[in-house]
Amino acid sequence: MLEWKVFLEQAPSGGMTYLGWLMSGVLWTILVASAAWIIAFTLGSIIGVARTVPVKWIKFPATVYVEIFRNIPLLVQMFLWYFVMPEIVPESIGNWLKTEYPNLITLPFAQFSLWEFTAAVLCLGLYTASRVAEQVRAGIESLPKGQTNAGLAMGFTLPQVYKYVLLPMSYRLIIPPMTSEFLTIFKNSSTALTIGVLELTAQSRQISEYTFKTFEAFTAATLIYIVITLTVIFLMRLLENKLRVPGYVSQGGH
Amino acid sequence: MEGFDWGVIWANRAVLWDGMLLSLKLFVIALAGGIFFGTLLAMARLSSFKILSYPAAGFVNLIRSIPFIMAIFWFYFLTPMLVQKITGQQGEAVGPFTSAIVAFIMVEAAYYSEIIRAGIQSVPRGQPWAAYALGMNYWQAMGFVVLPQAFRNMIPIMLTQAIILFQDTSLVYVVGLKDFLGAASKAGQLSGRIIELYIFVAIVFLIICFGASKLVKVLQNSMDPTRQRAVKKDVTLNGPGLNTSGST
Repeated sequence: MLEWKVFLEQAPSGGMTYLGWLMSGVLWTILVASAAWIIAFTLGSIIGVARTVPVKWIKFPATVYVEIFRNIPLLVQMFLWYFVMPEIVPESIGNWLKTEYPNLITLPFAQFSLWEFTAAVLCLGLYTASRVAEQVRAGIESLPKGQTNAGLAMGFTLPQVYKYVLLPMSYRLIIPPMTSEFLTIFKNSSTALTIGVLELTAQSRQISEYTFKTFEAFTAATLIYIVITLTVIFLMRLLENKLRVPGYVSQGGH
Repeated sequence: MEGFDWGVIWANRAVLWDGMLLSLKLFVIALAGGIFFGTLLAMARLSSFKILSYPAAGFVNLIRSIPFIMAIFWFYFLTPMLVQKITGQQGEAVGPFTSAIVAFIMVEAAYYSEIIRAGIQSVPRGQPWAAYALGMNYWQAMGFVVLPQAFRNMIPIMLTQAIILFQDTSLVYVVGLKDFLGAASKAGQLSGRIIELYIFVAIVFLIICFGASKLVKVLQNSMDPTRQRAVKKDVTLNGPGLNTSGST
């Protein structure tokens, strides 16, 4: 009843088989998620630290950022970046984004342009940054206050306390929740299909629409997501073991 | 920046309101169904019978490792087929809304089961033992002793998850349902004013979800006596030592 060999048939576009479509979906899921993660981790770390700093004009904008980005649905944010952003920037930039920018480079194995990819990465990265920021803040706040005080008493400046005392400890503590954020960014990258990025979920749906082999197409995509999940969990466990501070038992194994 | 026409929102108020009602309906049904089946899933996962705990764990981990949209596609595809098999009727009986409801209940059940499992495990083991010692059976011990305490511990995190669920209802856009976002999108395409409508949708979600999260925080502070005391004395608690429940 199931016909797995459907994946070996020639797909109607892109000069690939359906398996090729699926693999290009995997490629773009990984590329969107990874690029967005770089933004999310960098910006999220800065904002998360900013939220713990006892300086009002640093703390307040960071809090505003987090509240805005995590209280608007990701899908709505996707539309804001893709449809709304080019219209509210100065007209010359907007026109450039709509006409020239998409054709700057041709993306390999993709049936969409650079602009879709950029909007998806920006959206996902800035959204996830707010979630990463909360994890970083929670990690720093979970450390006993005595650590900061001890650092200050030793004559460290506040930036030094962060650099040598708080951050090395808290980043180790938050590896398990960061792992789930990292997994979430792979899953959330599927939202990009609404603006035309043909990532894994979109490709599996496209294959099902062309071949009517819905069960096979969805099963293949689901299995690939499971493999991605297991790989990430495995790698993060390795990282966690490698970075573990001897004698310090972190609670809540993942 | 110039050339915005905010009148388009007022002109489409009926459509937008219908969309919001559909979002809210989906939210309430998915929340109730998700918590109900999530509780059953959590109990199955914690069961000592492997025939219950393995499939429950498998289902939860499967749902949690695929994107929400993928899950919606799956149930959108499977629900009409299953209903057809069970009732023997042709597939027309199941509309897109029903399929979306099934998808949301199943996905939320998986997410809630993880929260509820942690909640059940936060109740000290002595509580069910004491209930059994009093002659209660499993369902009585769960229903009268363990779950009431577990839910009490879980209320803040369950409400936070509910806010996330409310945001996630916008994902039904992918199967073409006219929820709040879908309605705005449609109205935007018809009137050529998509920018104003998307900004409006974003602001409405922001107000609702931000307000709700503030309320959750107030509730959390008012119902947790240990936390209040800790804050007042400015004691920094290190570790979950005081996190036991049971003080009524």
